[in-house]
Amino acid sequence: MSVMYLLIALSLLLAAAFLISFIVAIRSGQYDDKYTPSVRILFDDEPTGKSSQKSTSDRPKSKH
Amino acid sequence: MATETFYYDNKIVRNFAIATAIWGIVGMLVGLIIALKLFLPDFLGFIPELSYGRLRPLHTNAVIFAFAGNGIFLGVYYSLQRLCKARMWSDTLSNINFWGWQTIIVSAALTLPLGITQSKEYAELEWPIAIAIAVIWVVFGVNMMMTIYKRRVKHMYVAIWFYIATFVTVAILHIVNNLVLPVSLFKSYSMFAGVQDALVQWWYGHNAVAFFLTTPFLGIMYYFIPKAANRPIFSYRLSIVHFWALIFIYIWAGPHHLLYTALPGWAQSLGVVFSVMLIAPSWGGMINGLFTLKGAWDRVRKDPVLKFLVVGVTAYGMATFEGPMMSLKSVNAITHYTDYVISHVHTAALAWNGGLTFAMLYFIIPRIFRTELYSIKLANFHFWAATLGMIIYVIPIYWGGITQSLMWKEFNAQGTLMYPNFMETVTHLIPMYIARTFGGTLYIVGILVGSYNLFRTMRAGNLLADEKAEAPAADFRDVPSKAGSAFHRWLESKPTQFTALTVVAILIGGIVEYVPTALIDSNIPTIEAVKPYTPLELEGRDIYIAEGCVGCHSQMIRPFRSETERYGEYSKAGEFVYDRPFLWGSKRTGPDLHRIGGKYPDSWHYMHFMDPNSTSPGSIMPAYDWFQRKTVNLDRIPAKIRTLQRLGVPYPEGFDQIALQDYETQARKIADGLNASGFEVSWDSHMVAMIAYMQRLGTDIQARPSASGTGNTDQTASPN
Repeated sequence: MSVMYLLIALSLLLAAAFLISFIVAIRSGQYDDKYTPSVRILFDDEPTGKSSQKSTSDRPKSKH
Repeated sequence: MATETFYYDNKIVRNFAIATAIWGIVGMLVGLIIALKLFLPDFLGFIPELSYGRLRPLHTNAVIFAFAGNGIFLGVYYSLQRLCKARMWSDTLSNINFWGWQTIIVSAALTLPLGITQSKEYAELEWPIAIAIAVIWVVFGVNMMMTIYKRRVKHMYVAIWFYIATFVTVAILHIVNNLVLPVSLFKSYSMFAGVQDALVQWWYGHNAVAFFLTTPFLGIMYYFIPKAANRPIFSYRLSIVHFWALIFIYIWAGPHHLLYTALPGWAQSLGVVFSVMLIAPSWGGMINGLFTLKGAWDRVRKDPVLKFLVVGVTAYGMATFEGPMMSLKSVNAITHYTDYVISHVHTAALAWNGGLTFAMLYFIIPRIFRTELYSIKLANFHFWAATLGMIIYVIPIYWGGITQSLMWKEFNAQGTLMYPNFMETVTHLIPMYIARTFGGTLYIVGILVGSYNLFRTMRAGNLLADEKAEAPAADFRDVPSKAGSAFHRWLESKPTQFTALTVVAILIGGIVEYVPTALIDSNIPTIEAVKPYTPLELEGRDIYIAEGCVGCHSQMIRPFRSETERYGEYSKAGEFVYDRPFLWGSKRTGPDLHRIGGKYPDSWHYMHFMDPNSTSPGSIMPAYDWFQRKTVNLDRIPAKIRTLQRLGVPYPEGFDQIALQDYETQARKIADGLNASGFEVSWDSHMVAMIAYMQRLGTDIQARPSASGTGNTDQTASPN
């Protein structure tokens, strides 16, 4: 059953990674606001018409 | 604050949508074929490539990785861009992800019917394909993580968390469960043996359900239910608790697939405890999804998207209640090995995964094609066909599973088995097998109608390949250090190189040298009498693997009186130390085979393989007459022995040189015996190898002499 050591180690590693990301998430304020995010996703970001400053990083290739 | 304009990539979303629908139809048609074969074993004739054992893994792989897999990518590529307010990081990686995944599916569809398989459930694909899966999965992960990194919204919506957990966990599980030592391009032996292999497989297997069929779909639920209902999720706080609780608990539920087996009891209990705990977060998620519709139920009546979502989430709730119940040992004693499990799986797969996937398709396609859905009526028809189809599918075999299990366990007043002939419990189920086929057919009709509806919708509109969007520029990220920014610039300019580096890192990490060496010691048998397979038996075992016999036959007798009466002494952990991979199985469509060795003469096996009905009237096992015609590729045998030696199987030094001789001696003995009884068979046929393997099974720990005239239970490859 020595494979248990491998599985336990991996599971703990994974759990630790999750735990760290949980703590980081809280510290960085991810969960400070528990209401707005749920509403924000409902608003689609349709262009307002006036496009101002443009980013170049994530435009489709064809538009270059 | 500067506003940036950018474009969502809808083309990749469209591609995944089309792939999802096509593979859904293909995967479920294969499912229909094997469902028919359960009561019409002659259906499609006795073609090796189309036999039940080979098609079953094709069905499971197609619906899980092709249908649900493309569905996951569809949902992630659509919602992630909008949640992050950013285009996918790299179009190149998006396309590699798409075409790579489709190539993997096609290679699965080619290799599985050819009998090229690792035999572990949902991890059947041989090592070259397994590596390709790891690579493409990492491509997907890198593309996703970089998109998240470049997002324009500081807050990461809960769906994104589910996507990240999916990527990370599936990568680890997949790599560990596919640790094998290759013999050739199409054959490998697991680095783990017996009990250890079983534990690793179900550690993976259950988490394939958890992190491939659950967490990504929960992310999808958290995005699409609010969007479709146009109201915020019932409780955002609950969704956060749901996420973290779920991913912390899920990883250890796997051993519930091995209750009452030779797995140590404490490991079984661990699995039970974690499985029962899972009810809480699972139901938290279901409640959160359903309560979101509070006050919007009138819309559920009209909108097919919401209908699919509601039934899907409800089915998720049912399945996640049922799962923990089936993890209780007393319930598991009845449901395990039966069709009950198949029902459980299909409730979740058809309604939850299928339902959410089609809800997404009905939601996304009209939007990215800037048109209305072609027909609400047809979509409603699809909804009812899917829902009723699922119900008609599961109820008969829920019933059948319990019935069969109770028949297996029934004793009469004299204290002997009420149904000693396994066949009685099989023929009893035929009506249920027929009934469930109607349900499955209805579900497929629904999918065909749905796909037609979506196709017409696509034709009517035209794809907005690059959807324009605006969002304030990201200002939340810390100004990176100089080195950091240079590195980041490099990353951005070289996505392909970066991915290649990540892949290499992950692969090296996965194939760490210590794994096999650390495990070899513990594979030393604890039962003195258990010896390695002879070359002939090993070849038979590999044929057993290639034919997918494990799909219907278990090799694990549980310590119940009803099983020891029927099959013989219960299975011990020490008996499996040379089993690579383990072949315990998870379903008894036919009887357990662990103590089949010596139970019947060789001639019985010969007749049974040629025509199962000749020895077992009413049998639904297909005939394997090609065993008699096909000859074994003897050239591979020395390489197989060497590979196993490297894995720690104690064949004597230089045994690979005499393995062929050993093979021929043992094979000729069996063949001569059969020829003397008037059966025509050559010593190097598949038939002889299979019979040798059958006769060896479970005999090592028995003192009783073999009942077979040509028994070879005393023969082993070991020198002592």
